[in-house]
Amino acid sequence: MVLIPITQIKFTMKLYKIFFLFALALITSCSSDDDSTPVNELDGIIKVKEFTNDTHIIELYTSTGTTQQGYNEISLRIKDKTTNNYIQNATIEWMPMMHMTMMNHSCPYSTVEKETDKETLYKGYIVFQMPQNESEYWDLKIDYSINETNYTVTDVIDVPATEKRVVSSFMGTDNVRYIVALIDPKNPKVALNDMTVGVYKMENMMNFPVVNNYTLKIDPRMPSMGNHGSPNNLDLTQSASDEFYHGKVSLTMTGYWKINLQLLNASNEVLKGEVVTETTESSSIFFEIEF
Amino acid sequence: MLLISTVSWTQEQVKDSILPVNLSEVILIGKPTQVHQKQAKPLASLDEYLQQSGRIDMIKRGGYAWEPMINNMATERTIVTIDGMRIFGACTDKMDPVTSYVEISNLSEATISSGQEGSCHGPTIGGSLDLKRLRSTYSELGLSGSLSSGFEFNNKQRIIGGMVHYKDSSFYADANVTYRKADNYKAGNSQEIKYSQFQKWNASVISGYQFQNKLIEGSVIFDEANDVGYPALPMDISLARALITSFKYEVAPKSGLLNHWENKLYYNTITHFMDDSKRPNVPIRMDMPGWSDTYGYYSKGKTKKDKHHLLFNVNGFYNRSIAEMTMYPSDPDENAMFMYTWPDVRTLYNGIYLEDEIEFSCHNSLKINGSFGFHQNKVANEFGLESLQIFYPEMADQQNRFLKSISLQYKHQVKDWFFSVCSGYGERAPSVTEGYAFYIFNSFDLFDYIGNPNLSNEKSVEGNFDIRYKTEKIKTGITFSAFYLPDYIIGIPDDNLIPMTIGASGVKIYEQLSFANLIHSSFQCDYRFNDYYSWNTKLQYSYGKDAEKRNLPFISPLQYQSQIQYKKNRFQTELNVIGNATQTNYSPFYGENRTPDYAILNLSVGYTFKWYSQKLLVNAGVENLFDTYYSTFTDWNNIPRMGRNIYINLNFSL
Repeated sequence: MVLIPITQIKFTMKLYKIFFLFALALITSCSSDDDSTPVNELDGIIKVKEFTNDTHIIELYTSTGTTQQGYNEISLRIKDKTTNNYIQNATIEWMPMMHMTMMNHSCPYSTVEKETDKETLYKGYIVFQMPQNESEYWDLKIDYSINETNYTVTDVIDVPATEKRVVSSFMGTDNVRYIVALIDPKNPKVALNDMTVGVYKMENMMNFPVVNNYTLKIDPRMPSMGNHGSPNNLDLTQSASDEFYHGKVSLTMTGYWKINLQLLNASNEVLKGEVVTETTESSSIFFEIEF
Repeated sequence: MLLISTVSWTQEQVKDSILPVNLSEVILIGKPTQVHQKQAKPLASLDEYLQQSGRIDMIKRGGYAWEPMINNMATERTIVTIDGMRIFGACTDKMDPVTSYVEISNLSEATISSGQEGSCHGPTIGGSLDLKRLRSTYSELGLSGSLSSGFEFNNKQRIIGGMVHYKDSSFYADANVTYRKADNYKAGNSQEIKYSQFQKWNASVISGYQFQNKLIEGSVIFDEANDVGYPALPMDISLARALITSFKYEVAPKSGLLNHWENKLYYNTITHFMDDSKRPNVPIRMDMPGWSDTYGYYSKGKTKKDKHHLLFNVNGFYNRSIAEMTMYPSDPDENAMFMYTWPDVRTLYNGIYLEDEIEFSCHNSLKINGSFGFHQNKVANEFGLESLQIFYPEMADQQNRFLKSISLQYKHQVKDWFFSVCSGYGERAPSVTEGYAFYIFNSFDLFDYIGNPNLSNEKSVEGNFDIRYKTEKIKTGITFSAFYLPDYIIGIPDDNLIPMTIGASGVKIYEQLSFANLIHSSFQCDYRFNDYYSWNTKLQYSYGKDAEKRNLPFISPLQYQSQIQYKKNRFQTELNVIGNATQTNYSPFYGENRTPDYAILNLSVGYTFKWYSQKLLVNAGVENLFDTYYSTFTDWNNIPRMGRNIYINLNFSL
């Protein structure tokens, strides 16, 4: 008599379990995890080129295996030609230089530091604000000392133009030339992306220091979608830890995005860039992202 | 034979002993013999059948796939089931209501239940529509079949179909195929409505085997529509395909606790491709495919103990809804723009429904029913989750909720008068669109919609009142249903957001109003003058306002329908007038404008020829006799309805 409801309960319990398992299987099949590979000196970086002098070979690496216009994170290591060993205790300085037909100038760049957790690698960044062309080129001079002996090497470095605009050099209303360079997102997603930008000013032809306490306003737009814009973007402000400017950029779909910019100084005065409106479709300074 | 009647007997037995006042309305569709004598246009679409109901209005976006509203509430607030199976359309723009994936040849009847009366198959607010499969359990032993064909002159709709039934003492099988193809229809004054063409074919098989007092039954429906135009929308569909399958096990114990016990496992899958390749001028080319898969079960039992008629239904489903949008920039070198409009949302529901109808005497009874269920939504796609996190950075990938409902109904009979009073409380979860939409464009109010995963349950407190009077000559009644809907879910404009769709007016986010009120009322009167003449009239009126006293959209103005029928032997003819008063309570805030009044006249004749056992049923008629140009309050973007249409339906049965 009582058996029927019990079997019925068992039956539905079983069904519930089947559905649960099914749901579980679907969920687990969607997530993957394989970032547990062992640490290697050259993990994630590819050799760009070698600089050679009488004593050493200097290997340059980037994540893509190339250098290009804009922000470049460069790792390098020094190989002793005689012992074939990599030097672990060098002090390194570098100096990128653009050789134009009329003049030479440098660009924003960082110091070169030994990479933490790595034995032989040193690292820094360079912002090439303009690409090379047929008659004008970039070279990189590397001065280094090992056990208080100084060495030097200089070679041409390849800086082709990027397809999309990732660096912008402009004159502010304060008559100062500024350079803004897009660092992140490197792999943009349809999401709220972390955005990082380096902001520099040109003190003279050779010095391009980081500017402090400015604000970089952003307005991402899709010109192909009637200038569709995205919500919840966070304007970029400088972080205390790395001197770069950090914010959030939301991209609501894949495709071509124009990140319109406005640079504001510490007293919130606009130095360059316009607000996007119905009539002003784009700011005079912007970055481009396409994915 | 004996066993079939056992099963059907137990089904009927519980029903019959209770007061014959049922708030549910039943529309007969394909029941052989009965229906062909009743329907003026037997090969009408399911949509046309459904709109005969006083509770149902159909939202039209074109000539095909109309969306049923029950008590003026659309898909989110109602449930549509096929023999108790849950199915969910795969289109973000509601171009494929569940009813578009079945044919009249698949069905025997449609049961419309209002409000919490309809909560047997799942949580609902507005009510439920259960479509019953056609099976030859009632027909005679042996092999039988029929062929039907129809033609409609207005849109050159060609209909052809065939059915085969087989039945012996323990086994039955039914198979049918229907094909429909229509060109653009013409509105009044011969104005062609571009992109209103459609083409659809449907096949279904249902088969059962009975042994002892048990029945096992399998059912498959395959439905595919191609090249369907939606003149009221900016896009059409190239494909809408459904496979609907189920397996049922039914027992009618001769003794024991239960009188009848029915178990079903089901699976259905829907593929829907929205595209705009037929439209010459679009701001941007796009594809919007969608998929919806549902796995489900139910176990339903009935029993009678003393004065109690008890029913339980344990049911659950797991649905996966995913929809994409890819837009192609005019510059071919630019990357395509891609997003998930439904980010692979998995919905899991498990619930129990209980009902007890207490029969105090043969003149009054009380019905109590309630349900409790667990509802879970999970965004299974990382891409989609991160997309929504643009709007809701703290959003979790999973939302859980419990859904409750309870309702109480008292029925009373005094001589020829029947009264029924019902009150109820119910809850529903937000739909996939309401919870997780990502820039879904609504061409009605021209807004892009964003879902809101933080919505709480929408609630409903309802009261129903029903009076009927029935004698041999006259059958009349009024029904009145009032709904108070706290936490009413609707899109509210957010001025800070920039629309995605080119030409859109803005972005709406699904929010909850503190409440909304809805009232639906109808009057019906059937009068038989004599054996040959009968007259039938229906009136319907609704009222709907939100918490800010703004009108709700798609609320019925006064609607009327009146017909005179003459039936003698094998001949029948019918004259029918249908109309609306002017829609004065329209809702500009929700994108609606005023719809003027209209009235149309339809005329039909039917005759049955008989030779021995063969029968040929011929029906012909004219719809919208005076070729009136009109649209109604349910016509999306005021798309005009069909002008004069002459049709002929033939059914030949062996």
